[in-house]
Amino acid sequence: MSLTVVLGALELGGIFAIMSLGLYISYKILNLPDLTVDGSFTLGCAVSAMFTIHSLPYLGLCVSFIAGALAGVVTGLLITKVKIMPLLSGILTMTALYSINLRIMGDSPNVSLFECSSIFTLFEFLGTYHKLIVIFVIVLLICIVLHYFLRTQLGLALRACGDNEDMVRASSIDTDKMKVLGLALANGFVAMGGAVFAQHQTYSDISSGTGMMVIGLASIIVGMTFIRKDKIIFQLIAVVIGSVFYRGVLTIALQLGLPSGDLKLLSALLVVIAIASTTIKRRKKKNVRT
Amino acid sequence: MLELNNVTVIFNEGTVNEKVALSHVNLHLEKGDFVTIIGSNGAGKSTLFQSISGAVELTEGQVILNGDDITSYPEYQRSRYIGRLFQDPLKGTAPSMTIEENLSLASQRGKHFSLALFSHKHKEQYREALKELDLGLEDRLETKVGTLSGGQRQALTLLMATYVTPQLLLLDEHTAALDPKTAQKVLEMSSHLIEEHNITTLMITHNMEDALKYGNKTMIMKDGQIIAMIEGEERKRMTVDELIHLYSSSTKEYNDRILLKQ
Repeated sequence: MSLTVVLGALELGGIFAIMSLGLYISYKILNLPDLTVDGSFTLGCAVSAMFTIHSLPYLGLCVSFIAGALAGVVTGLLITKVKIMPLLSGILTMTALYSINLRIMGDSPNVSLFECSSIFTLFEFLGTYHKLIVIFVIVLLICIVLHYFLRTQLGLALRACGDNEDMVRASSIDTDKMKVLGLALANGFVAMGGAVFAQHQTYSDISSGTGMMVIGLASIIVGMTFIRKDKIIFQLIAVVIGSVFYRGVLTIALQLGLPSGDLKLLSALLVVIAIASTTIKRRKKKNVRT
Repeated sequence: MLELNNVTVIFNEGTVNEKVALSHVNLHLEKGDFVTIIGSNGAGKSTLFQSISGAVELTEGQVILNGDDITSYPEYQRSRYIGRLFQDPLKGTAPSMTIEENLSLASQRGKHFSLALFSHKHKEQYREALKELDLGLEDRLETKVGTLSGGQRQALTLLMATYVTPQLLLLDEHTAALDPKTAQKVLEMSSHLIEEHNITTLMITHNMEDALKYGNKTMIMKDGQIIAMIEGEERKRMTVDELIHLYSSSTKEYNDRILLKQ
């Protein structure tokens, strides 16, 4: 395997880590299966692409976070105010986002960013590894922010919300607000992942986000099977390692000659295997006890 | 203190499944009142609690707490003033968080949730409070609540519900799922805390002895109505047998629990 392939895998792993960290908030902390992800990832791609074309790659990153957060707010309001079940709410927002994303990209299914300067351009002097460094600095920053946020009083309330809603309401916390906040943050980071993805790939495609939810889930679940610690810092590390590992597996599969069309099948299988392995382990333990 | 005016709750109104859970209930409590509530299943005891705490919407009537009409307040806002314990000991605590984190959330009740970092500076306070429970929890602040027993969790919930002294405490058969010894202990603890802080309390129980032993008033409910309120001298002189007699003659119901008591 050549260096470029390894580098490419690590870089993509880092980008998916950004997205998975977002999904970690909705899936692990809030305990909500949020399908908005597929749409908000593309939303991030689209917003970032349009800003990059107009030579504003950094602003694109920030705006895509805000756009993603807004998408999260919409899903959150659908769940809490309109009382649509979480799965369906996510699907509804995702579907609506398809049209919005098309609009953002000027009604064309893909936008090329070839020869546009991106967030990586400024750091080219760092050599071959410049993209990797930029991506992992972003990942690190997000980890630091999340690690701080989740240990604040507000973060504590957010975590409790996914743990026991009754108890949170009894502590005079508005669970609806917490859900909206959590989903906004989650989708903000997902969109930011998409934004970096578009600039890295130098194109934005209307279907970039398809299957991102599964990729994120795979990363989280795989990471958590490696690192079984409850402390937030370890969980964040687990998500990042899971994303990189997951991308690694896909790269190896591609190198071994797997047609790229089969990647999604492999992703889904990987999630099933990771979940099955934890269930089987638990069952074995139970058998020993009885 | 607490006033219920003409409180009516009807589930599935206008359908074949229509059920009147509370029918024109009027109740007036003074500060420091500790009322025990008895009544068979479906008498509306839990619905009464839910309508006070905001978990169900009233079809008619008003809930007034300390002169404030809280009828339209959402549940989470009411919990600033109202502490609650449920029959299910798992309901009151967050299992995957530590005892300290749970207590920290409880101690923030009614306050604004800020972006200040979670600190350990209240550890000593929590430890002192836990010591009073006498369950050995004071040295286990870092323990996940999910690993505690039902009794321990219910005791912790009690502590959390009263950590910031509520104006009103609702105990919904909070010892029913515990073994007799732990149940007695949690009940003693509750009564101790209630007296110490002079908290107005409503407690649902199925135990006739407890219904007389604790509190200063006993109320019997049936079919969504309060059919008897025993207080003062009458209550002081009343024996458990008399209460059982009154209960069964007024509700015309004999259930096993009551028969066994006789």
